[in-house]
Amino acid sequence: MPMADRSKLTFYLLLAPLLLWLVTLIILPHVGMFIVSLREKVGVREYETSFANYAVFFNEPLYWNTFARTAYMSIASTVLTLLIGFPIAYYIAKLTRGRSKTTLFLMCLIPFWVSELVRTFGWMILLRETGIFSNLLQYVGLADAPVEMLYNDAAIMVGLVYTSMLFMVVPLVTTLDSLDDSLIEAGYDLGASGIAILREIVIPHAMPGIVSGCIVVFMLSLGNYLTPILLGGKDSLWFTGLIYSQFITRFNWELGSAFGFLLLGLSSLIVFVGLKLTRQSLGKTMAQT
Amino acid sequence: MITGIPQSGAFKWTYRAYVALFFVFLALPLVTVCVFAFNDSVFPSLPWEGFTWAWFFGDEAPYIGVFHERPILRSIVTSGIVAFWVALLSVAVGTCNAFLFVRHDFPGKGVLYILMLLPLIIPGIILGISILVFSSSVANTLEDATGLWFDGLRPGLILVVLGQFSFITTFATLVISARLQKFDPALEEAALNLGATRWGAVRAVTLPFLYPAMGAAGVVAVLMSFENFNTTLMLVGSDAPLTITMFDRLKLGSTPVLNAVSLLLIVVSALLGLASLLLEKRQD
Repeated sequence: MPMADRSKLTFYLLLAPLLLWLVTLIILPHVGMFIVSLREKVGVREYETSFANYAVFFNEPLYWNTFARTAYMSIASTVLTLLIGFPIAYYIAKLTRGRSKTTLFLMCLIPFWVSELVRTFGWMILLRETGIFSNLLQYVGLADAPVEMLYNDAAIMVGLVYTSMLFMVVPLVTTLDSLDDSLIEAGYDLGASGIAILREIVIPHAMPGIVSGCIVVFMLSLGNYLTPILLGGKDSLWFTGLIYSQFITRFNWELGSAFGFLLLGLSSLIVFVGLKLTRQSLGKTMAQT
Repeated sequence: MITGIPQSGAFKWTYRAYVALFFVFLALPLVTVCVFAFNDSVFPSLPWEGFTWAWFFGDEAPYIGVFHERPILRSIVTSGIVAFWVALLSVAVGTCNAFLFVRHDFPGKGVLYILMLLPLIIPGIILGISILVFSSSVANTLEDATGLWFDGLRPGLILVVLGQFSFITTFATLVISARLQKFDPALEEAALNLGATRWGAVRAVTLPFLYPAMGAAGVVAVLMSFENFNTTLMLVGSDAPLTITMFDRLKLGSTPVLNAVSLLLIVVSALLGLASLLLEKRQD
């Protein structure tokens, strides 16, 4: 067999698994889901193509309220994660070195290796009525009866920030690491204040990390199911919860698929806008996380 | 590290306190879960009733420890089987993808690369329902056409494996590609000059160079598979992996046996995580 033919054969043999994976598990399922979302049930095993399922979403306040609520809670958790994580990333990248730097960085990674279920369970034990915080408050005398801190929006927020912290800190540390220290020192030498240096030097340099961190955290919060359900209780009103109940409890796959597509649309839109605003490519952004 | 910058002592100490507080925040839920695995009470909450190993080794109701709790042991085995297949498949396909993207130039490469990254930005729940909808409609069509049953396409372990594989492969591809990019093609050419066949050279020179990355990708795949919840939730059938079993228990109300399982999970994930780091370190 000539060389060129052989390398062509290798190429097709390498291409086959990739195409098989992407076509059967990613592309066709999403096309199929879109088709199902356009199906309106008019009788037993009888369907018509229409936007009826999307109309249901826009006509039922519970549905779009939950959608909007999921979106703004996710934005809030992203902002909070950034605000809490940025000083930590700066500390690890710029104020430590050698062994202690590696140790601090590793300590940020560990909670991520542990299942999200275990992490959420930990917060449940801490926050619930018979939990640690409630007992602590009574012991110190700040409360005279058990305090329920679970099953509210603040609890959901704590859980979301905790779960996504790593995805903010890692890209931030990576970008801050590449900032030359002498630029910061030069800023000080020229008489700039700490705030001015942060605004003029550090943040512009860290922008790629901030964007990729925010995108990932937002997506993870939007698509989270465990944290809102377990920490927010039955009335957590998270959009993924609606999708789950349409699919598993109500068995209304048509409406569930429409919901799934709306969530996917919102999440893709945010990624797209984030990348466009900062003129970055998906590949570069994902490589940082 | 920045030195020689004037900062007030108060600022420095506030900053340090903040960092310390942050790490307390990170450790708190995990430490709590672990500590209450040893509480001699049927609820994982205060008051502290004394130290016990019963939630690990106990075999008398209500103190049934992890090692005597059948449903939990069975779900650990299920998770292990799923993780094994996911790791095997994703490392195999990831290695092929790495060779394809690093070694070949072809029209449409950019588009395929973006498609390959897409599973990272699709929420896990959506990935799960889309595969569920698609496989069910394929099963319906096939069953209508042939009159046979296609149980493998209904919710169950096969779909769980495929669902997890569908996004973990992206991670495997990225890890293995990064390593292959560092490979010096001159080494492979040397093997060819010495009379090796193309495949022989890849097997004797390139693949051993990739082993640490493949190992790291495999460990990460096992970790991600073990702790995956969202995608698995939508595709699970009657055999539930560990996270699903724990979730069902948690909704009903928990006993410290869940803390004991969690403690074991924390220890195992920390060990696996360290293993993947060591494997990555060996590459440098």
